[in-house]
Amino acid sequence: MKIIVCVKQVPDTAATMAVENGNISWGDAPLIINPWDEFAVEAALNLVADQGGEVTALCLGKEEETEAIKHALAMGVDAAVLVSDPALKGSDNVAASKVLAAAITKIGEVDLVLFGQQSVDTDTGLLPVQVARLLKWPSLTLVSKFEEVTPAENSLQVVRSMEEGNQIIKSLMPAVVSVTKDYGEPRYPSFMGIRKASKAEYPVWNLADLGIDLPSSSISWPEVNEPVEQEIVTEIIDGDTAEEKAKILVEKLIAEKVL
Amino acid sequence: MTKKILTYIDHFHGKVQSSSWEALGLAAKIAADSGGEAAALILGEGVNDLAEQAFHYGADQVFLADHAILKDFRPEPLAELIAAAAGDYQPDVMIFPTTTRGRTLAGMAAVDLESGVMVDVIDLDWKEDKITATRSIYGGKLLAKLTCSTSPEIITIRTRAFDKPEPDSGRSGSITNLEVSLDPADQATTVMDIQEKASGVSLTDASVIVTGGRGTAINPALTPPDDLDEEGADIWKAEQGFDLIQNLADVLGAAVGASRAAVDAGYIEYDHQVGQTGKVVSPDLYVACGISGAIQHLAGMRSSKVIVAINKDPDAPIFNFARFGLVGDMHEILPPLTAGLKAYLEG
Repeated sequence: MKIIVCVKQVPDTAATMAVENGNISWGDAPLIINPWDEFAVEAALNLVADQGGEVTALCLGKEEETEAIKHALAMGVDAAVLVSDPALKGSDNVAASKVLAAAITKIGEVDLVLFGQQSVDTDTGLLPVQVARLLKWPSLTLVSKFEEVTPAENSLQVVRSMEEGNQIIKSLMPAVVSVTKDYGEPRYPSFMGIRKASKAEYPVWNLADLGIDLPSSSISWPEVNEPVEQEIVTEIIDGDTAEEKAKILVEKLIAEKVL
Repeated sequence: MTKKILTYIDHFHGKVQSSSWEALGLAAKIAADSGGEAAALILGEGVNDLAEQAFHYGADQVFLADHAILKDFRPEPLAELIAAAAGDYQPDVMIFPTTTRGRTLAGMAAVDLESGVMVDVIDLDWKEDKITATRSIYGGKLLAKLTCSTSPEIITIRTRAFDKPEPDSGRSGSITNLEVSLDPADQATTVMDIQEKASGVSLTDASVIVTGGRGTAINPALTPPDDLDEEGADIWKAEQGFDLIQNLADVLGAAVGASRAAVDAGYIEYDHQVGQTGKVVSPDLYVACGISGAIQHLAGMRSSKVIVAINKDPDAPIFNFARFGLVGDMHEILPPLTAGLKAYLEG
């Protein structure tokens, strides 16, 4: 099987985010692979371990944004491609999807494209859907389990989640799948993996390499703000026993009219 | 400028997600302000009855496709119909609820209609001719304002961010039946089975959430069975802590949440996780039990209206965000708290 796993670099989720002169800042917090993408990398590695084949990590980002690719390589993916072009700054998710779809087409003969369920920075969760739509492949979102994968028949069966429960769905390949945390713990990169990743070389493709013009973007972000800190007056509820504290809290909640 | 607004009514086998009516209520407001029109789009099998409900919740007209091929949720055939309906109706704005299905279909519509989508919007300004949407990014740590320069402007709205309208049973309107010419043989996907969850309140719909963290497992009064290893004993204790949380949630009609630490430790399924790598929620009441308040958790719940924190550590960061704080052991406080609230709510 030939699998592409799309990865993205984001600030650590423990980072305190701020807006300075209109720019988003995360201070000196480390940059990491989008935590949700680790589940997709884990799934990709397990699929090729079962079925044979190779996994390529595909990342769209600035040329210096190497953390996601390095982490995926350290986890064990076979190859990586970075798509980077200064013209892409400010692209919306449809434009980004068009660029990724072009890169996937250029890599070619792909059975599956895996994504994390969304990225922890912009939180849209749209790329797995839009890339699939552009490639005219089925989109299988929020997948927790690969029940059957049969490359000879170009088919797979997965468990995907919705508000009301799980759907067991059979699909033709190629397909685009987004993987959830329920898939299972991603592996830690091994020492050897980290060493190998630090020396790995990978191509960097710009728009000309992909043979496409800059896709237009519809969505712009005229403003980003820090949330207005609500003035919270914390009332510590005191009492001699747990029962007494509980009783006072009940009264306070009734008075607050939130029940 | 008058605006034509098309709202997608998300449902599961005919059971409507209430955020669909919130979306329709928002559409009706924008339509009223612009002298325009709110239309609802209902796709599925056995969904004819939903049209009447849509009129009651503010639709002026309904586009409806009731067809066996639409029985189970599959995005591709639905996206075809959505694109066709939008092509005929030419809406200025399309609104979807941010459910798992709504998010997917809105994303596909943006590709099909060559426009853009503003996802999981929590506030919307349409007073100027242009719509400005507000959404949270970095799991609620920052707020971004967005605009869309192409038509239709596609929006998905966060559940509970906009008011659900009061249904008006006197309203009605016209129904347009959409032609469904999809061939089952052309479909790349087949739904084999559906495993429905036991009914419970979902985190994103809940007006009250009770959440447990690491503290659920910290209970010296309990002695785990001898045959458990350390991890097993920890989970055994946590399960009993979460039973206390579930009891309170049952009394309040609340959803049960968990911190990432509790999920990662195996105390409860990921489905319950609140925070930047879980669900972002803003209920009316959020009761945090045995949660210290890591930044990624706070980002996902701090817009809750009233936060109650119960924690043994008086220095836990969660107290800085709480309206009411109880310094103490959740295992001791929850039983009398549950009993007291039960007495009030049933009295």
